Amino acid sequence: MNTEKNIKTLIVKKPLKLDCGKTIKDFPVAYETYGSLNSKKDNAILVFHALTGDQFVTGLNPVTKKEGWWSYAVGPDKAIDTNKYFVICSNVIGGCMGSYGPSHKDTDQKIFGTNFPVITINDMVKAQYNLLDHFGIDKLFSITGGSMGGMQVLQFISNFPDKSKTVIPIATTSSHSAQNIAFNELGRQAITADSNWKEGNYTSNNTNPGKGLAVARMAAHITYLSKKGLQEKFGRKLQEREDLKFGFDADFQIESYLRYQGSVFVDRFDANSYLYITRAMDYFDLAKQFKGNLSNAFKNTKAKFFIISFTSDWLYPTQENKDIVIALNSIGADVGFVEIESDKGHDSFLLDVPDFLSALKNFLDKSYEEN
Amino acid sequence: MKNEFNVIADLIEKDKKVLDVGCADGILMKFLKDNKNINIRGLEISKEKVQECIAKGLTVIEGNAEKDLKQFPDKSFDYVVLSQTLQAFLNPELVLDELLRVGKKAIVTIPNFGYWKVRFHLLFKGTMPITKTLPDEWYNTPNLHMCTIKDFFHFVKSKDIKIFKSLALNNLNTSIINESNLGVKNLFADLGIFLIEK
Repeated sequence: MNTEKNIKTLIVKKPLKLDCGKTIKDFPVAYETYGSLNSKKDNAILVFHALTGDQFVTGLNPVTKKEGWWSYAVGPDKAIDTNKYFVICSNVIGGCMGSYGPSHKDTDQKIFGTNFPVITINDMVKAQYNLLDHFGIDKLFSITGGSMGGMQVLQFISNFPDKSKTVIPIATTSSHSAQNIAFNELGRQAITADSNWKEGNYTSNNTNPGKGLAVARMAAHITYLSKKGLQEKFGRKLQEREDLKFGFDADFQIESYLRYQGSVFVDRFDANSYLYITRAMDYFDLAKQFKGNLSNAFKNTKAKFFIISFTSDWLYPTQENKDIVIALNSIGADVGFVEIESDKGHDSFLLDVPDFLSALKNFLDKSYEEN
Repeated sequence: MKNEFNVIADLIEKDKKVLDVGCADGILMKFLKDNKNINIRGLEISKEKVQECIAKGLTVIEGNAEKDLKQFPDKSFDYVVLSQTLQAFLNPELVLDELLRVGKKAIVTIPNFGYWKVRFHLLFKGTMPITKTLPDEWYNTPNLHMCTIKDFFHFVKSKDIKIFKSLALNNLNTSIINESNLGVKNLFADLGIFLIEK
């Protein structure tokens, strides 16, 4: 969980009316930047993180001491080249890496817990928009992100149609599916069923619903991979043993792997934030915001879109990404689309998938040349 | 750039909006974008070719013309180009209808099965013809519905499709096809280029 040091924070003074009806003001948005903003201020890329990401996109995350979540894609000479572009990323509100969230204190100095207002993707995007003013950027060169990051990309360009030249939603959807809501609900139930959750007041009770949060992470982690990828990586290989032990220890490597993923996640993520952010994803339905017509979400933008999906992603499958392409084509928008061959599942966008990284790089660099 | 593309490019005025269906590596798209200020989009089924287009800075959508043309609104492009691909579709008639729905005009090129070399090959060798424009063996060709210039000419007429221009290509020679010279062009051209509208 976050320590205050190493976290840059913008305090948003302006009141923000949330979709739930409540208004927040004087709240922190934690952010990080990479590369430098040029004098014309036309080289900024706003990156949006996914469910468990944070503002530390690349390099060493100073809080977790691990590599940034998008280190394969962002950095000097990489797809999103920080020698060329100024990359900004902020922690979503509702999160737990310095932005306003359920682990913060209310005006009575009491930790919010589940008294924190329910946040939507729209709220996240509106909060992050304040960073443009902060840096004096009139128009971004690009906005991008995968998964929930992609949802924010779509919401951002819908809310602020002339604020980005290019738009790159990756492995995402315009409307969270029943299957995805179901997986999120499974995660939330795991957390709230942990007796240490204490109705969300675990911090003041000096407990932590680590077991529940770990189970939530384990279940979610499976959805980020593909059957083929799992089979190739783990198969039925046994974990440091010659034979089955006829017990409930982790006999199989896949069990051990999932347990490890669960345990390291608990060290860096807040259980209540997990509830809030998954809820925001479930509530996301951009078409519904426009009376069922997704095209209308984009009718005021002249931005150039590039949409990317992955063959083995069954969480945000190609068809859901293509639905966005179809909505854009039906209004004559400038949209490109590619489905990348990969057996790494939904996680492909975070991993070393050369076809993906070169497509991203070529699109950005060629678009920037045309600037 | 191959002569076919030069002829196609000459049929398109500056500053228009064009969709290249089956745009392959985007050579024609790039030429139109750079030289005629065309607002150009491509539709391409091959992932590798899509990547090549992206590397050229072209807007391309990975997709299948038989399924994915329906997402484009009526008459949303000034021209829709289909180069030497009509014969490879399961249902060429449906694709042609879609091209003419999406485009105000369509430019369709077809490898001519009536070309004399094709006829000679079949007549004297007795095997499926292989020529420069039809390089594949019968068992691995993508072509399902080969036709001749004459076939296509009659086909579009029967569908009440207006032919603005029909051109016969033989290497670097381009000539106009009309009702009276159709038989000759059908024999001596290896490629037909048609500018049509419905």
